[in-house]
Amino acid sequence: MEFAIASAVGVLVAGGVYLLLRARTFDVILGLTLLSYATNLLIFSSGRAVVGMPPVLREGLPALAENYTDPLPQALVLTAIVIAFAMTAVVVVVAMRNHADMRSDHVDGHEPGRPPPDAHTDADADGSPRA
Amino acid sequence: MMQHLLLVPIVLPLLSGAILLLLERRHKVRVLRVASGVSLLLLLAATLTLLARAADGGIEVYLLGDWPSRLGIVLMFDRLSALMVTTTTLLAIPALMYASAGWDRRALHFHALFQFQLAGLNGAFLTGDIFNLFVFFEVMLIASYGLLLSGARGERISAGMHYVVFNIAASTLFLIALGLIYGLLGTLNMAELAVRLREVAPEDVALVRAACGLLLVVFCAKAALLPMYLWLPETYARAPAAVAALFVILTKVGLYAVLRTGTLMFGEEAGPLAGFGREAMLAFGLVTMLQASLGVVGALRLRISAAYLVLMSSGMLFIAFGLALPGSIAAGLYYLPHSCFGAAAMFLIAHIVQRERAAVGDRVQPMAPPMPCLTGFLYLLVAVSLIGLPPLSGFIGKFLLLAAVPAQDTALVYATVLGSSLLALIGLTRTGTRLFWRTEEDENEDEGGQPAPAAVAAKVGRLEFAATGLLIGYGIAMTLAAGPILRYTTATAAQLLSPGDYVQEVRGTTPRMREP
Repeated sequence: MEFAIASAVGVLVAGGVYLLLRARTFDVILGLTLLSYATNLLIFSSGRAVVGMPPVLREGLPALAENYTDPLPQALVLTAIVIAFAMTAVVVVVAMRNHADMRSDHVDGHEPGRPPPDAHTDADADGSPRA
Repeated sequence: MMQHLLLVPIVLPLLSGAILLLLERRHKVRVLRVASGVSLLLLLAATLTLLARAADGGIEVYLLGDWPSRLGIVLMFDRLSALMVTTTTLLAIPALMYASAGWDRRALHFHALFQFQLAGLNGAFLTGDIFNLFVFFEVMLIASYGLLLSGARGERISAGMHYVVFNIAASTLFLIALGLIYGLLGTLNMAELAVRLREVAPEDVALVRAACGLLLVVFCAKAALLPMYLWLPETYARAPAAVAALFVILTKVGLYAVLRTGTLMFGEEAGPLAGFGREAMLAFGLVTMLQASLGVVGALRLRISAAYLVLMSSGMLFIAFGLALPGSIAAGLYYLPHSCFGAAAMFLIAHIVQRERAAVGDRVQPMAPPMPCLTGFLYLLVAVSLIGLPPLSGFIGKFLLLAAVPAQDTALVYATVLGSSLLALIGLTRTGTRLFWRTEEDENEDEGGQPAPAAVAAKVGRLEFAATGLLIGYGIAMTLAAGPILRYTTATAAQLLSPGDYVQEVRGTTPRMREP
């Protein structure tokens, strides 16, 4: 059980880091997603890896550590899942906008060896009047 | 009733952000500005009351949901939290003023996002639970993505992409560290962690070190320490001026977390982890400072040099907190608000310059006709203050820090701090003379000799100058009131370096209405 969880976390992190370091935004987003899965598993297992135990007190079951699983990591992992999910949505939107504006899926906004397109200078941030 | 005042800096911006979201559908931007401003003034009143209460030296603990501190989430505030919250609010006022001069029309949901950003910042400064710190970091970051990217096109989206991806990766690392810490120590309350770190079993020490190291790496990444700052100059230089001015405090959140965990969890009593990471922070802080001053010299645009000045102050504060002496922390805490106000003012000035010289923007090259005197004068004041020349606040901060350096570190620290200040002096002087004094035509010829009317200089409003002036005014006030402020920061350093009281206070606070 521990071995299965540990190796799952390890494989997910390895894949996530590899994808995160690639130069295409799509790969980067997949990498971030894999990393967040790995993190969720890790937090989930930080309580203790047990099977079939309830996280809340039950009648007739003495309140001892061996009869229950730790409820806190479950709450933490819920928070982490929600935040990671929202962040993935944000980064997808940013990546799509980046692709549409720069006409390239490269993380630098332009293909290596080619200058960035000159069409969109960032006039709005400069505060200069729009043409 | 008064004990609930602690919640105001978090709840008030959250509520007003939500109300602003409702208002913005039906009302003109003028209504939003007034509502946002009123909320900020109420926040200022609350934080000043908190500051006055913290100055007495008490540590207040607020049990959320009335659960005992080892079970539930606690909020707490002491002198350090009060100082940080006050700095945030003071910085937010000119940023909002500047944005209200026109930027807020262009950015969708600007006022609501601004308030959510403040809620996240204040929450991060007031929480006593490390997972809650993560949540407030996220609130703050999500609002910052919105502020940075709303209304953005092209290059700013690209810079924003780097910023978002970097911060999500850092947050993931934060979660990994938290998972490990909870698995090893069984708690996420900072005071409780401090106690349990003292009695770590010897066979766990290596793992605990790894987890705490990850935590520090995350905080240093937020504070833009050396290898992890590469995203910062581009992002800050591309952000709209008012947003960049507010973002200056985001790096300070990382520094706050480093200082809080460093003194509370890795203090003298921490057993195997005493002084964890301090030498590394000192060393990386020195290199960051040097690197950033080279960036100031090499910057081709005023905004880029402003971003490097933010980095320089980060390096400086890492030196102060890495030394972890009463004197150096006190000096660092004086330097922290000063550098926030100074760097924010620099971003605003860069934007003013950019619009007054529509043809070349804030690029460091001369143009005719010369700039108005007022802008140049403001630039001079900010530059003097940030470099650390007398008589302004930067000088006092740097002088006190250098005075607090212990004898065995003087050679390295003096050489770096003074050397990088000299480099910054050279860089900012060159920028200033080229922007404000020299008016040569011939250097513009390579632009194709385009006629000047191609771009009409935008008019800079009075409100924008007032915002910049207010930031500079803070700096001058800090210089004049240096005595009382330093007494406060010295007391803060003393409080931080005796974490026993804090731990006692958190563990000793019992629920009011609930039987534990």
